[in-house]
Amino acid sequence: MTLLKIQNLSLSIRDTPILDKVCLSLEPGKVLGLVGESGSGKSMTALAIMQLMPKFSQTSGSIQFRNGSLEAKDLLQLSEKKMCALRGRGIGMIFQEPMTALNPLKTIGNQMMEGLRLHLRLSRSEAETRIIRLMDRVGLPVNKIPLGRYPHELSGGQRQRIIIAIAIALKPSLLIADEPTTALDVTTQAQILDLLQELVAETQAGLLLISHDLAVVADMADHIAIMKSGAIVEQDETLNLFGNLKHPYSRALLKASTHVPPKVTTRRKTSTETPVLSVRALSRDYPLSRQFPYIRRRLFRANDGIAFDIYKGESVGLVGESGCGKSTLARAILALEPIQEGIVRLNGQLFNSPQLSKQQKNGLADLKKHVQVVFQDPFGSFNPRHMVGRSIAEPLHLTRPAVSQTEQNERVKCALHDVRLSAEDAQKYPHEFSGGQRQRLAIARALISRPSLIIADEPVSALDVSVRAQILDLFSELRSSLGISYLFISHDLHVVRAVTDRVLIMKNGKIIETGNTVDVFTDPQMAYTRQLLSASLSLETVLDKKSGSTFLPTLSPL
Amino acid sequence: MSRLIPFLKTGLRNTGFLFGAVIVLVILVMALLSFVWTPHDVTNLDIGNKLKRPGLEFWFGTDHFGRDVFSMIMTGARNSIAVACVSVIIGMGIGVPLGAMAAARGGWLDDFIMRNNDFIFAFPAILSAIMITALLGPGAINAIIAIGIFNIPVFARVTRGAALSLWTREYIMAAQVAGKTVSRITVEHILPNIINLLIVQGTIQFSLGILAEAGLSYVGLGTQPPMPSWGRMLNEAQTMMAFAPHLAIVPGLAIILSVLGLNLLGDGLRDLLDPRLRRAR
Repeated sequence: MTLLKIQNLSLSIRDTPILDKVCLSLEPGKVLGLVGESGSGKSMTALAIMQLMPKFSQTSGSIQFRNGSLEAKDLLQLSEKKMCALRGRGIGMIFQEPMTALNPLKTIGNQMMEGLRLHLRLSRSEAETRIIRLMDRVGLPVNKIPLGRYPHELSGGQRQRIIIAIAIALKPSLLIADEPTTALDVTTQAQILDLLQELVAETQAGLLLISHDLAVVADMADHIAIMKSGAIVEQDETLNLFGNLKHPYSRALLKASTHVPPKVTTRRKTSTETPVLSVRALSRDYPLSRQFPYIRRRLFRANDGIAFDIYKGESVGLVGESGCGKSTLARAILALEPIQEGIVRLNGQLFNSPQLSKQQKNGLADLKKHVQVVFQDPFGSFNPRHMVGRSIAEPLHLTRPAVSQTEQNERVKCALHDVRLSAEDAQKYPHEFSGGQRQRLAIARALISRPSLIIADEPVSALDVSVRAQILDLFSELRSSLGISYLFISHDLHVVRAVTDRVLIMKNGKIIETGNTVDVFTDPQMAYTRQLLSASLSLETVLDKKSGSTFLPTLSPL
Repeated sequence: MSRLIPFLKTGLRNTGFLFGAVIVLVILVMALLSFVWTPHDVTNLDIGNKLKRPGLEFWFGTDHFGRDVFSMIMTGARNSIAVACVSVIIGMGIGVPLGAMAAARGGWLDDFIMRNNDFIFAFPAILSAIMITALLGPGAINAIIAIGIFNIPVFARVTRGAALSLWTREYIMAAQVAGKTVSRITVEHILPNIINLLIVQGTIQFSLGILAEAGLSYVGLGTQPPMPSWGRMLNEAQTMMAFAPHLAIVPGLAIILSVLGLNLLGDGLRDLLDPRLRRAR
C-alpha cells in the first residue's frame, strides 16, 4: 500500500522548467531521502506535494497520496479548499530555519494549538492536554519549558523540536522535512534525527527527508533519490545505491563529499622559531544591557583565557558549536575589537592587547597586512556596487609606501591567477559570479597583501559539496605553494579533519582540548570532544553501521 | 548609462511612478517657465478685472486685486519648490552625516545624536517655524530653516538604521581588516549602498516640504507679499469662498496634485530601486 506516488511530475515557472519528470514513491513507516545540491529542485518537489508552488507555475504528471485508509487522490487535481484540509492534517512539514519558521509574537503553546483547534475543532483545554503530551514526546517536558514561552526564549534545537511537534500534532500520514538539521549544531542534529527516526517508527508515517548532506540521508533513509537540475538521476534502496552508483553525477557527488585534499607535509619547526600568531591568556568581555541605570553592567565573558600558537605553514582548526566564541576570537585576533585581558602577537610583535596605547594602535597598519580573513557567506562578503577588482585590491590600502595603480592591477591579476580565476574577472560585479567563485574571490582578496596568516571563518559551510571540495583543495594548494598558515574555524568536523594539522576544541569560550588533529580525532580526551565526534555523521561510518560490516562504496566501471 | 535604460523601461510599466513623474515634471516646467514668462504680471494690480471667472483670457480667473490666478500658481510653484528643495538639502546635508556617524561610532555618541534627534522630532515643523519667526521675523528664508531643521532627524534616522544593518556585513568587516578607517568605510561602502533609500526619502520629504511651506504661508509665517504663494492664496481666498470658489479650489488642487505626484514618484522609485521588490514583480 503506497502512501505517496509521484509520477512524471514536471513543473515550470513562466516556461522555465524546474522539475523534469520526477518519479518517487514512499511506503508508510519508511524514510525516503532526497539529495541534491542547491537549485536541484528538492524543495520545489516538496512544495509541489503541498501544492504551495510559486505563482505562474504549471504542473503536469500526478501526485497520488493516500491519507490513512482513504483511497488515493491526485493532489494536483484537488481544489485549494480540499488541499487546506489536507495540509497539516494529512501532510506535515518541518522547515529548515527554526529561527523563522515560528511566529515570534505568539507563545509556543498558541502556535502548537493552532492546527489542533483549526482541524479538529478542539476546545482550548482539550488542545492543551494534547499539547502537553506532544511536548513530552518531542523531549520538552512542560514543567521545564512552559507553554507560555516565546520562540526567542528557546534554543535552535528546542525550536526545531517545537516545529516537529506542530508537524506531528495531527498525526499526518506523510511528513516532509526540508533540511531539518542544516541550521543546527552536530550534537543537536544527532538528537533531532533520532527523534525523527523514533517518530516514524512509532506513528508509521512516511518521511520525505530532503537534504544536501549525503551522510544525514544515508543514516536516515531506507531509499534514496539523487536529484540534479530538476530530474532524478538515480534512486534505489540505500545500501544498494551506494553499493553500485551508476550515474556519473552521483559518483561525483559521493567523491566530493568524502573528498580529502592532498595532505601538505608540514615543515618541522625549530624550537627557537617565533610563531606567526601567538595568543596568550586572551579574554573578551561583552557588556550585557543594564538592568537599572545605577546598577553596574554585568559582563558576558565570550573568550576566557585563550592561549595557543600557530607556526609558519601550519594549519590549525578551531572547532566548537555555535555561540561558543569562535568568531569573537577571530575578531580579537584581527584586532577588530579590543580585548580585556591577554596578548595577541603577530610575527613576534604586539598586535592586540589592552595595554596598547592609541598611538601604538595607529602604528599597526604595517602589521595588519600580515593577517587576512575569509568569511563564510560568499554573497555578503563583497560590496555589490564595486567591481570585484576594486574589492580584491582593498587590503593593498595597508601597504606603505602606497602601491601604484599599475602594480595594483598586476597584483590583482596575480591573486586571481592564484585562485584559478582569469584576469578579466576583475572587471565584473559580484552578482556575476557563483557562490564558489565568490569564495575564490574572497580568498584572492585575502592573498593580495601577501599575509602570513589567513583566518578562515567557516569558509565552506555555505557551499555545495562539489564546490566545497574544490575550495578545500585550493586552500591546501595555496598552503604548500605560498607557505601561509591558517586558523580554520568550522563546526564541520570532517572539513577540519581534512585540512588541519592541529585542532583546538572550544566550549563556552574556553579551549578545552588541543592536540594534533589525528590524535584528537582518534583518541579524544575530553567527554565533550567525544560527544562531538560521536554526534557527527560521516558517510563511511554511517554505511558501515547500516550494513553491519565495513562497507566500501563501489564505483563500478561504466 | 547602461543601467539607466532598463531602469526607465521598468519605470514606464509602473503606472504609479509614471503618473507621479508626469505631474512632477509639469509642475517643474511651470515653475521654470515662470522665470521668463507668465501670462500676466503677478505684481500688477488690475482692479478693473477683479474676481473674473476662469475663462479664455484668465485661465483660472483673477483674484480680488485682479491678479491672474494661473500666473500666481506658476510663480507660487517656483516658490514652493525652492523652499522644499533647499530644506531637503539642509536636512540631508546635516542629517545624513549625523546618522552615519551615530551608526559608525555607536556608544554614547550614538545615544547623544539620536536623543537630540528625538528632541527635535518632538516639535512639528509648524511649531519650530513659529519659534524661529518669533526670533528672526517671518519670511521664506526662515521657513526654509524651520522645515530644514524638521528634516534633519528624518534623514538621520533613515541613514542610521540602514547603516547599522550594513555595518554587520562581511564586506564591511573585510574593509576593516584591510585597515580602512571608519570614515573611509562610511564614504566608500556605506553611503553608496544606502543612496537609494535616501533618494526615496528625499522625494517624500520634498512633498512634505511643499505641504509645510503652504501651511506656514497660510498662517502668514512663510513667503511674504508681494511674492505669491499657494498657502497664502488659500488664506486670502477663504473670505471669498461663497462668491469666488475658484480662488480656493485652484491653489488647493495645486498643493494636492504636487504632494500626490511626489509621493507616487517616491513610492515608484522605492519599488524600482529595491532589487527585492523588483524581483517579486
